[in-house]
Amino acid sequence: MAFVAIADRDHEHALHDPETFIRKYIWSQDHKVIAIQYALVAIGIGLVALVMSVLMRLQLGFPDTFSLIAPQDYYQYITMHGMIMVIYLLTALFLGGFGNYLIPLMCGSRDMVFPYMNMLSFWFYLLAVLVLVAGLFVPGGPTGAGWTLYPPQAIAPGTPGHGWGIICMLASLAIFVVAFTMGGLNYVTTILQARCKGMTLMRMPLSVWGIFMATILGLLAFPALFVSCVMMTLDHSLGTSFFMPAVVQMGQQTVHSGGSPLLFQHLFWFFGHPEVYIVALPAFGIVSDLLSVHARRNIFGYRMMVWAILAIGCLSFVVWAHHMYVSGMNPYFGFFFATTTLIIAVPTAIKVYNWILTLYKGDIHLTVPMLFAIGFIFTFINGGLTGLFLGNVTVDVPLSGTYFVVAHFHMVMGVSPILVVFGAIYHWYPKITGRLLDDRLGRIHFWATFIGTYAIYLPMHYLGILGVPRRYYSYSDSIDFIGQNVHIANEWITISAVFVAAVQLVFLFNLAWSLRKGRDAGPNPWRATSLEWQTPDTPPKHGNWGKDLPVVYRWPYDYSVPGAPQDFIPQDVPPGDPRAGNAPAGRDHGVHH
Amino acid sequence: MVFAWALILLVVATVVFHFASPWWFTDIASNWTMMDQTVNVTFWVTGFVFVVVNLFMAWAVIKYRHRKDKTTKAEYEPENKKLEWWLTIITSVGIAAMLAPGLAVWAKFVTPPDDASIVEVVGQQWAWTYRLPGRDGELGASDAKLVTIDNPLGVDAKDPKSGDDVIVTSPELHIPLGKSVKFLLRAKDVNHQFAVPQFRVKMDMVPGMVTHFWLTPTRTGAFDALCEQLCGVAHFAMRGRVVVDEEPQYQEWLATQPTFSQTAAIVAGDPEAGKPLFATCTACHGDQAQGNKELGAPKLAGQDGWYLARQLHSFKQGVRGSHENDTYGKQMIPFASMLADDTAVRNVVAYIGSLPDTRPDTSVGGNPERGKKLYATCASCHGDKGEGVWGTNAPRLAGMSDWYLARQLENFRQGIRGTHRQDFHGAQMRSMARALKDEASINDLLDYVHTL
Repeated sequence: MAFVAIADRDHEHALHDPETFIRKYIWSQDHKVIAIQYALVAIGIGLVALVMSVLMRLQLGFPDTFSLIAPQDYYQYITMHGMIMVIYLLTALFLGGFGNYLIPLMCGSRDMVFPYMNMLSFWFYLLAVLVLVAGLFVPGGPTGAGWTLYPPQAIAPGTPGHGWGIICMLASLAIFVVAFTMGGLNYVTTILQARCKGMTLMRMPLSVWGIFMATILGLLAFPALFVSCVMMTLDHSLGTSFFMPAVVQMGQQTVHSGGSPLLFQHLFWFFGHPEVYIVALPAFGIVSDLLSVHARRNIFGYRMMVWAILAIGCLSFVVWAHHMYVSGMNPYFGFFFATTTLIIAVPTAIKVYNWILTLYKGDIHLTVPMLFAIGFIFTFINGGLTGLFLGNVTVDVPLSGTYFVVAHFHMVMGVSPILVVFGAIYHWYPKITGRLLDDRLGRIHFWATFIGTYAIYLPMHYLGILGVPRRYYSYSDSIDFIGQNVHIANEWITISAVFVAAVQLVFLFNLAWSLRKGRDAGPNPWRATSLEWQTPDTPPKHGNWGKDLPVVYRWPYDYSVPGAPQDFIPQDVPPGDPRAGNAPAGRDHGVHH
Repeated sequence: MVFAWALILLVVATVVFHFASPWWFTDIASNWTMMDQTVNVTFWVTGFVFVVVNLFMAWAVIKYRHRKDKTTKAEYEPENKKLEWWLTIITSVGIAAMLAPGLAVWAKFVTPPDDASIVEVVGQQWAWTYRLPGRDGELGASDAKLVTIDNPLGVDAKDPKSGDDVIVTSPELHIPLGKSVKFLLRAKDVNHQFAVPQFRVKMDMVPGMVTHFWLTPTRTGAFDALCEQLCGVAHFAMRGRVVVDEEPQYQEWLATQPTFSQTAAIVAGDPEAGKPLFATCTACHGDQAQGNKELGAPKLAGQDGWYLARQLHSFKQGVRGSHENDTYGKQMIPFASMLADDTAVRNVVAYIGSLPDTRPDTSVGGNPERGKKLYATCASCHGDKGEGVWGTNAPRLAGMSDWYLARQLENFRQGIRGTHRQDFHGAQMRSMARALKDEASINDLLDYVHTL
C-alpha cells in the first residue's frame, strides 16, 4: 500500500464536534482546550512555588524579623519550588501548553493524531500535580531532599518528609512521566505525520522545531527519571539497595548494603541535563518566532538555527556529569564532560548571534512580546556565559555549591524561559481568546519583571564567588568570612524578589481582565505569516481549518520580501497571488534553489 | 528608545557592579591560585562577550527601531554563510581559550603529589571527625557496619594498620603549613561535602565510597569548613574548622590526639569509684541527681553518659561557662575541674547512670499542639521521643528538667551558650535555637516535650 499522508486523506475523516459542555471543556479531546487546561494547571501550581520562594527569601533576608518557616519548612520549600518550576510549570507549560496549542495550528493539522491519548495526557498530568500537592498534607510533610532528591539523604531520617513525603514525590514524578509520554508521542507523531500539504520540515516555524526536539529529548530522558523513581521507592519501602550502601542512621546500622548513591546521580542527571534543554529548546524556538514577527524580518540563518537545535539536542545527552564534577565520581571524567559541555556553547552562541542578526537591519516594533523577547536575549546571554564558568571543570570547583550556581541556573533556566513564556502569552493570547492583552499593564509587567529579576540575581553571583553556600536556612554569625555585607545583600535580594513576585499579580489581572474587556484582536493582529494566524475563525474552532486544510507554499519567515505589497506574506499564499506580488516563490528555508 | 538605553545602562551597571562589588574571593590559603586565575580568564572572555554582544543589540534596537516617519522596510536576508562561519570560528577559538587552561589545571587536580600526607575526613549528620595515619603512614580499614558508640569511625580493629591511627573527635582539624595533604573523604550516613572556601578545592563525601582531593596550605590561620552538599535539616549548621599551623604548633596539637588503640583500650567507668566523687555534686544536683530548680541545678539522672562526659570536659576546658552572663555555667567550672582526669569523669558519669530515673515535675506550660510542630526540627537529632541519640551528638530531652531546657534554649538564642570558638555542637544548637522566635515558642515546645 502506498504511503498516504494524513493531509491527503483529510476528507475521509468526519469531525465529531463535541456538543456537551463536559465534552467541550472538561473531557475535551481538542488540542486547544487541552493546551489551555495544561497551561492553567501549570500556572496555578507555579504560583504555589512562587509563594514558597517568597517565604524562603523572607527567611534568608530577614531571619530574625519573620518567624514564618522553620528549617524543615525551608528545605521542603526549596525542594517543592525547584521541582514545580522545572517540571510541573516549565516542562508542562512549554510542551503540554504551547506544544499542544501550536503544533497542529502551525503544521496545518486538524488536531493531534491521537486526541484521546492527548486528553489522557492532561488528566495524568493533573493527577501528578494532585499527588505532588498531597505531599503537603501527609504526615511529615513533603520531601525536603532538594529537587535533586539525592539518596541516601532523600530517604534517610534527618531529612524532612523522608517517610510519606518522598513517596508522594516519586509517585508524582512517575505519573508525570506517563503523562508526558502520552503527550510526547502525540507531538512527535503529529509533527512527522500530520503536516498539511507543502509543509516540509524545512518550512516549519522554529517554535515547532524547538518543541519537536525538546519532546524527543523528553521521550529519551524521562525514562531515566522513571526508573530512578521506581528504584528509590523500592529502596525506601522494600529495603532493596540500588542506591543505598551500608550506612549508619541515628547511630543504628540499616538493612542496606552495597548500593551506589552515585548511580542515582548519574541516572538523575542523564535525565536532568536534557531536561534543561527540554525547557530551553521550546523557548529558543518560540523566541525566534517572536523576534522575527516583531522585527518584521526573516529569522536570520534559519538552516543554521535548525541544525543548532539538533546539535544542542544531541550534545545534551553527553554532558550530564558536569553536574557532578565534585560528586566523587572518577575525576578523570572531568576532562570529557568539560569538553563536551563547552562544545555545546558553540551552537548555543550561534543561536544568540542569529537572534541579534534578526534584529539587525530589521524594522523593530517594540511591542510587549518583543520587549520580553529581547529581554530574554539579555538574560540568556548572562546565564549562558556563567554556564561557561560552571561547565569548565576547574572553574566549577570553587563555585559549585555556592550562590553562583543558584544565580546561574535561575538566570538561564528560570528567568530566561519565563520571559519567553510571558512574551509568548502576550503574542498568542489574541489568537487564543480573540482579544489583545492590555498594553500598558503588559509594559509595567515587563519592566518590573526584567529589571527586578536582574536585581535579584546579579548580586547572587558575587555572593557565590565569595563562597556563600546555597541551601542554607540561615547564615550563622560563627562563619568568619560571611560578614555583615552578605546580610545586606540578602535583604536587597529579598526586597527585589518580593517586588517581582507581587508584580505578577498585574499579569494575572491582565489575563482575567482582557478576556472580557481586551481590545478586539482580529485574526492576525501582528500581521504574522505562520499558519496559526491564517485560521478561518479566531479563536480557531474544533478542527481548526473549516472545510479544507491549508496548503503551504513558502517558509514562515517571508517578512519584508522585496516586491511584495505588504511586509509579510503568509505561508499559505500561493505564488502569483496578489499578496505575494512579484516575490519569488517556493522557498523552503528562505533560500531560493 | 528607552528600552535600548535601559539595556545599555544594565550593561554599564553590571560592569560597575563587577568592579565595585565588595564580594569577591576570600584570601586564598592553598596552592590553588591557578583556579582563581582560570576564573579570572573566564571573567575577561565572557565579560568582553557580554559587553560587546549586548551593546551591539542595543545599538541595533536604536538604529532599526520602527518609526512612524520611517518608510524603509527591513532587509530581507535569509542567511549569510560567510558571516555565520566566521562567528562560529571566533566563538570556537574563544571557547578553546577558556577550556585549555581549565583542563591543564584539572590535570594537576587529578594527580596528587606522591609525597602528600593523608588525612581522612568523616562526615555524618551533622558533624565532622578526622583520622590521621600513625607512624606506618597508612590508615586501617574501615566499614560503616563497624560503627558503634565506642568506635564512631567504624575502624577495623582487626587490621594491623589501625592501631596507630590518630582519632580526632573534635570538628577542628589541624594541618601543617606548606605540606601537601591528600584528603580522603568518607561519609557514614548521607552525602556531605567538605568545603573550605579559602582552599578553593572541595569534594562530596559519599557513603560506601572514599573520595579525595589534595592541596598544599600556603598560610596559617583558622578556616571554617562547611558542608556544601544538602545533608538534611541541620545542613546549614554543620560546622567544622581547619587550622593551618606552623610545624611545631602542629606537632603539639598532634601529640594531644589519641590513637585508635588508646580509644579502644578505654574501660567503662566504675560507679563505685564514682560515688565519692559525686558527693560534691549532691549539694546542688541532689543525692539522686534529681536536680534542684531553686539552685539552678538540672536533673542529671537518666541523661546519656556520653553527653554528661562531654559537658564535664567542656566545663573543665572553659568551652562552656566562659560567657560572662552564664552565671550557672561559671559555677560549674570549678566543680568540673575537681575531676582530675578522664577516668574520674567516666567514673562519676557511671555513678550517675546507676541512679534511679524519675520524671521531674513540670514547670513550663504552653501550647503543646504548636509545640509538636516546632519539635519536628528537634526530632531530627534528639529523636522522635526526645530520647537522645548518640549518633547525632544530641542529648536526651524527655523527662529532664524543663526549666533547665528553657534556660539553655534562651542562652543559645542570646549567644550566652554556643559562641565559644571550640563549642561546635553549641554553635549548631545556637543556629537551630534561633528558629524559635520568642519565649512562647520555647514554652510550647517544652510543653510538647512533656508528652514524650
